[in-house]
Amino acid sequence: MSTKQTISRRDFLQASLAVGGGAMLMPHATVRAWGAPVATPTPIQPKAKAVIQIWMWGGPPHLDTFDPKPQAGSDYCGPFDKPISTNVDGIMIGQMLPLLAQQADKYAIIRSMTHGNNGHETASYMVQTGHKPGGRIVYPCVGAVVSYFKGYRAGYSGLIPPYVVITQPQGRFSEAGFLGNKYKPFATGGDPSKTPFAVEGVIAEGISVERQQNRRDLLGQLDTLGNAIGDSTELNALGQAQSEAYGLILGDAGKVFDLSQESKELRDAYGRNKFGQACLAARRMVENGVPYVTINYQGWDTHKQHFQQMRRLLPELDRGMATLLQDLSDRGLLDSTIVWWGGEFGRTPKILYEAPWDGGRSHYGKVFSDVVAGGGFKGGRVVGASDEKGENVKDRPVYPTDLIASMYQLLGIDTNAPLPHPLGQDVRVLQNDADDDRPIAPLTEIM
Amino acid sequence: MSASTEGKAVGNLSAHGQTESTLFERAGEAAPVNRIDELVFAAWAKAGVKPARICSDAVFVRRAYLDVIGSLPTAEEARTFLDDKDPGKRARLIESLMQREEFADYWAMLWCDLLRVKSEFPINLWPNAVQAYHHWIRAAIRDNMPYDRFARELLTSSGSNFRVPPVNFLRAVQNRDPASLAKAAAQAFLGDRMTSWPKDRQDGLAVFFSRIGYKSTAEWKEEIVFFDAAMPAADKAKLPDGKVVKLDPQQDPRQVFADWLTSPKNDSFARCAVNRVWYWLLGRGIVHEPDDFRSDNPPSLPRVLDLLQRELIAARFDLRPIYRLILNSSTYQLSPVPRSRGPEAQQLFAYYSLRQLDAEVLADALCQITGTHEEYSSSIPEPFTWVPPEHRSIALPDGSITSSFLELFGRPPRDTGLLNERNNAPTAAQRLHLLNSSHVRQKIESGPTMREWKRQAGRDAFKAMGEMYLTILSRYPTPGELQALETYDQDHGKDKGANVMADMAWALVNSPEFFCRH
Repeated sequence: MSTKQTISRRDFLQASLAVGGGAMLMPHATVRAWGAPVATPTPIQPKAKAVIQIWMWGGPPHLDTFDPKPQAGSDYCGPFDKPISTNVDGIMIGQMLPLLAQQADKYAIIRSMTHGNNGHETASYMVQTGHKPGGRIVYPCVGAVVSYFKGYRAGYSGLIPPYVVITQPQGRFSEAGFLGNKYKPFATGGDPSKTPFAVEGVIAEGISVERQQNRRDLLGQLDTLGNAIGDSTELNALGQAQSEAYGLILGDAGKVFDLSQESKELRDAYGRNKFGQACLAARRMVENGVPYVTINYQGWDTHKQHFQQMRRLLPELDRGMATLLQDLSDRGLLDSTIVWWGGEFGRTPKILYEAPWDGGRSHYGKVFSDVVAGGGFKGGRVVGASDEKGENVKDRPVYPTDLIASMYQLLGIDTNAPLPHPLGQDVRVLQNDADDDRPIAPLTEIM
Repeated sequence: MSASTEGKAVGNLSAHGQTESTLFERAGEAAPVNRIDELVFAAWAKAGVKPARICSDAVFVRRAYLDVIGSLPTAEEARTFLDDKDPGKRARLIESLMQREEFADYWAMLWCDLLRVKSEFPINLWPNAVQAYHHWIRAAIRDNMPYDRFARELLTSSGSNFRVPPVNFLRAVQNRDPASLAKAAAQAFLGDRMTSWPKDRQDGLAVFFSRIGYKSTAEWKEEIVFFDAAMPAADKAKLPDGKVVKLDPQQDPRQVFADWLTSPKNDSFARCAVNRVWYWLLGRGIVHEPDDFRSDNPPSLPRVLDLLQRELIAARFDLRPIYRLILNSSTYQLSPVPRSRGPEAQQLFAYYSLRQLDAEVLADALCQITGTHEEYSSSIPEPFTWVPPEHRSIALPDGSITSSFLELFGRPPRDTGLLNERNNAPTAAQRLHLLNSSHVRQKIESGPTMREWKRQAGRDAFKAMGEMYLTILSRYPTPGELQALETYDQDHGKDKGANVMADMAWALVNSPEFFCRH
């Protein structure tokens, strides 16, 4: 109890420091920090409207990013043995992330994530649905659930689908689960670092608006079968889908993907690479009301040539993600946007020097790190800890369900609300799996 | 491209006797031609539903290819059929299609959905076993293994997942406890989700699957599935019909269940099988959904279901006579243009209902009409799997092979084996892809077929357009369509000449007549 009290006081101090004069604009936060009884947390006032998920496809190494272990020795650290301090006292992160170090006041690092699974597919499923596989229910992932609650039924009316993935679908599991096709993410395809960002289906290079219209007219004239059948449920559904598609092709909605509308300086700041420009595209989408954007950041399954690849990847990550946090903050969007960084697991703390890995890191689900920022998550925090070599949870285990429940609370999604199951089964947004008697423990310390 | 006079176009086409009024259907009323029809026509009369007319040859040839072998007819195949004067040509086509290799490919694909054939997550068969299992399923269909034997082998085999492929039935489940295995069996062979079963009957069925052992070997990912006599034996079990049977502790209880299941006295096994074939061919089950048999979900045409069930048993579980009976019926051969509308007309199959092509069929169709290939690979698990470019999408064995196109167009994830996982409902994202993606555009504009059409158009524009119609829509164009194309050419062809053919092909690909079965 006393620990909680201390945390609560420190919370308040840091919150008011970070917010500064802005605290006056947010009386709610102040009142809650002082006024709430410690034992019974006040219901969270939902602040988040959107999520940008930086999906670290393949599993990022926790030791080389947000949970450095310089004491563990070179068998663990390899060349990255000099962590750097951040703009928050007492928080150190990996030496390859200097720009993110300057944004540490905006995010919380969870260093005690765990689920214990080392298979990509199962771990991806667990991390993104909050469920263990098994049984006959295949649950939807966070993106599908958020787009279900915060998309069209919550008044979202954009033509861009409410769940977008830049650029390729994850492919490891079916994101929509039993919610079906309608809640699958819209995969942009294309490459945001190219001009134009040729979002598959929306932006067609070299086809003028005039030609699009001519073709559309021709299509109408040649639809002999459609004209013969006339009014039918099937054709009406197709017609509806088609007019939505043309809204994107010919209307203004597609302009959200036009990154050339941003200043050169800002585009440079994000990094002129696929990931950096994907971060920028994600910000533009969120700005336009899209509730869930996944940046499917590939290349992190570094079994071999691990450190060579880290030297290439980490600076790109650092620049893109740090600029995203700063840019969201500058535009006043960070308060309403959760940025969620993480993969399906971490990577083996002890470097595999033996052949065939020759200095690689393998899959590691026992303990790993996630990072959350914005949307009501408090920055400048560290939740939990791994042990001295980053091999086990030392303190405050955080299961994927706990983190997901926290995001849902901040988004105002009732974790006990029913989801539409095709066979009419009673399925709730988050419920414990049958074999799990541990209660879900949201991250109240950073909310 | 320059089009010649309208007179020539019409003259050219009248040779085929094709006009707008007979484009999709034959003149006159549909008449019953077989035993299915006698029952169905009576049901229509009773319900006051007016059936559509019989579909035209052009509609039939396309439909038969798509429904029976999951493939488009080539321009040449369509032409041969359309020009054939034999009145028995539809029946002949049905016979020949059932002999094709693609018949095995396509129906194996559908069965692999049902049997959840995929390498990883949440079904973890692993690639070697997937290859073996798919190969076995495909061979069973190609060689026309009787359906009772097919089911028996899936349920009762023992051995290595690599060497005795049907044992994978008992591995392709999310949980391997007896209750989950019983559910998988009931869903696959009785079309029953067991949701309305009393607890004792659910438990009673699970007993048949309670002595199955799994063990690994020295070979990577090999697994032996076997009758484990060391596991505790129950002395009795309960069959789905409620009867209690005594079990001999020395006997594999799966055999007892399979004996009951495949007995000619058991209607439920055959009913599920024939209803599923009907569903796959007509887009809707007589009992719908086809894996949801229960007393409060009655068949829309009970007597037809009775007939087909009896036929299957009489044919000693040879499914091909069932295909024949359905495909040759007037009921199946109705046009897609309804004359009665509303849910009842749909439930009674009073017209052929329009539905989007299966994702894999659509991918193959796009490749075929453009002369291009798709390349598939699977990054699950390592080492990666690369599929050769000539490999057709309907013949992909593994549900884990990733493809954003196939996922976009509703390929099932093969997670639960429920048939509604395959989702052919239209979405805006699908329309975007077909209308405007670089993927489809490159196929149409840069594929070898377009080069050929352009070459032809230089010599004879109408011939080129005719080829385009035969290739994409399996029919000849009508005078009205040719007129529209000619006008488009005149209006837009002068300054942007190179794009006109592409625009025309694009328009045909984007008409429901191409991307829907009709």
